[in-house]
Amino acid sequence: MIGAGIAKGMAVTLRNFVGSYLEEDRLTTVQYPEERNPLPENYRNFPILIFDGNDPHAGLRCVACKICEKECPPQCIYITKSEDKKPDYMGKPQFYPAVFDIDISVCMSCQICVEVCPFEAIKMDKEFELSKRERFNALLERKEQLAKSNEYYHHIHPVEAAQVDKNLAEAAAAAEAKKKAAAAATTAKASSVGDAVSVPGKPAASPTAQSLGSTSSPGVSPPAAN
Amino acid sequence: MSATSSQELEQAPPRMSSRLEGELMEVSLGPQHPSTHGVFRMNVALEGEIVRKLKPVFGYLHRNHEQIGESAGYLQAMPYTDRLDYFCSMTNNWAYALSVEKLAGIEVPERAEYLRIILAELTRLQNHTSLLGFLLSDMGAWGTPLMYAFREREKILDLFESLSGARMMCDYMRFGGCRVDANDDWIAGAKKIVDLFPKFLDEFEDLILQNEIVIARTQHVGKLSPELAISAGITGPMLRASGVNYDIRKIDKYGFYPRFKFRVPLGDHGDTYDRLMMRALEMRESLSILQQAFAQIQPGPVMNPKVKIRAFKPPVGEAYGRIEAPKGELGFYLISDGSANPYRYRVRPPSFINLTILEDMCLGHTVADVMVILGSIDIVMGEVDR
Repeated sequence: MIGAGIAKGMAVTLRNFVGSYLEEDRLTTVQYPEERNPLPENYRNFPILIFDGNDPHAGLRCVACKICEKECPPQCIYITKSEDKKPDYMGKPQFYPAVFDIDISVCMSCQICVEVCPFEAIKMDKEFELSKRERFNALLERKEQLAKSNEYYHHIHPVEAAQVDKNLAEAAAAAEAKKKAAAAATTAKASSVGDAVSVPGKPAASPTAQSLGSTSSPGVSPPAAN
Repeated sequence: MSATSSQELEQAPPRMSSRLEGELMEVSLGPQHPSTHGVFRMNVALEGEIVRKLKPVFGYLHRNHEQIGESAGYLQAMPYTDRLDYFCSMTNNWAYALSVEKLAGIEVPERAEYLRIILAELTRLQNHTSLLGFLLSDMGAWGTPLMYAFREREKILDLFESLSGARMMCDYMRFGGCRVDANDDWIAGAKKIVDLFPKFLDEFEDLILQNEIVIARTQHVGKLSPELAISAGITGPMLRASGVNYDIRKIDKYGFYPRFKFRVPLGDHGDTYDRLMMRALEMRESLSILQQAFAQIQPGPVMNPKVKIRAFKPPVGEAYGRIEAPKGELGFYLISDGSANPYRYRVRPPSFINLTILEDMCLGHTVADVMVILGSIDIVMGEVDR
């Protein structure tokens, strides 16, 4: 019968129309600015720099190794290394970025900078409402805008941040133990044996930290290799 | 308007000019026409309402994908593959990862292979769902079917987002596995969506498949003979709608597909209705693959620990890795000279090659049918122009 198929389709439309008032799974519209769906833990948007403690300058984990600048596919990271050094979280003097800019109009949120960073310094933010009123420089984020505290990182990625903190604490503890062992060895034995003991190992626990730590480029040392 | 004889049309110069010629009227469809998919333009020569010549014009979205792949490193090209066919970033990732793994001889852990199959089949589901919506939208069913399709598609995209961090630009797979592991909650959520999907499919088929208008608009429209399809290199659901049994999942046996039981639906007539049905039937098979994958997947590592993320340099050689993407055969051809960049990086895009026979399918049909035929090819301009 001509029209039966159309009538069947109309019945589906009617069922959806009525169902949109009654059934939870047909009622899918979210009135965005007022209502928001929670973002998943893994959601990523643009990179941020993590600092420990309260001072964005003193606690910044980044050591200006420029690996992320080199690996970034659209080349949106600009880093200038500092002249002087400042102590990192283990008290070891390290360079820091004098300039660290990310052009977020070029960034494509691929997360490769996060994957290659051996210092757990760069992470992905969840902030997505980024419209700006200024045309030219507003989307070039400076170090001051990018620096976010570790508490903020814990707030946006709780599971991941806890794992990162654990890795860093283990790396620091392993480095401390190694330093003590090396000091004890040098005092007890001849200096040639002491050199053999101080070969850097792989203290980090997670597989990502291991693979990152084992692929350091010249001039850059992973957190525990001293 | 007096009809021009077909003989005269044969003698007409193949290159179309911008002015009127004889009885033929030239119309430029696109590139901003709402029902051409993306920035795609067709120069159509019409006799009355009948298409006598059709010249596809593309390249508006060209952005040097292959050159970027050659100048960036191997890993750096991975997020760019998301942007090829932005509906199916997971399968694009897989095809590229597969060719690099072939090139460098990298093994993939078992759980990663299962995750890849789950994600590829979910991608097929959401691609075919949205295609059916778009196709109905091209026929004039504005809104309703597309909205229903997008409602379901969004559930799958939410899964992608919670796993990889982005809805569409997933950038999830890596050489030698996947970037992050899926936890049990994710698997349970995916299983729930897959369990509920047949209900939506039944409803959607009720909505469109017996509709008299859909049947009148699609049956015997845009017929593609199997001979022409094979000689033009057509792949994917379009080829199978013409009755050619060619599915790379069955032929190449890549990944763990040999462990799964599924059928390959085939069409009889090669018309637009068959192509539409092909998508509906393939989704059923994808659902059965997904159910088997959820039953078989075991805990384990998702990344081969031997693969270095940074400074990845495969040995000298060449490799062609291909998969059955939702739109057809998606292949990446890579030549390595041992350095950190591929010497040659070539994409074999399914939508571009499927588009090449648009003129053969459209000749003799009306302008309105051109839109339907174009919609049934299932193109994404990001992949056509690269």
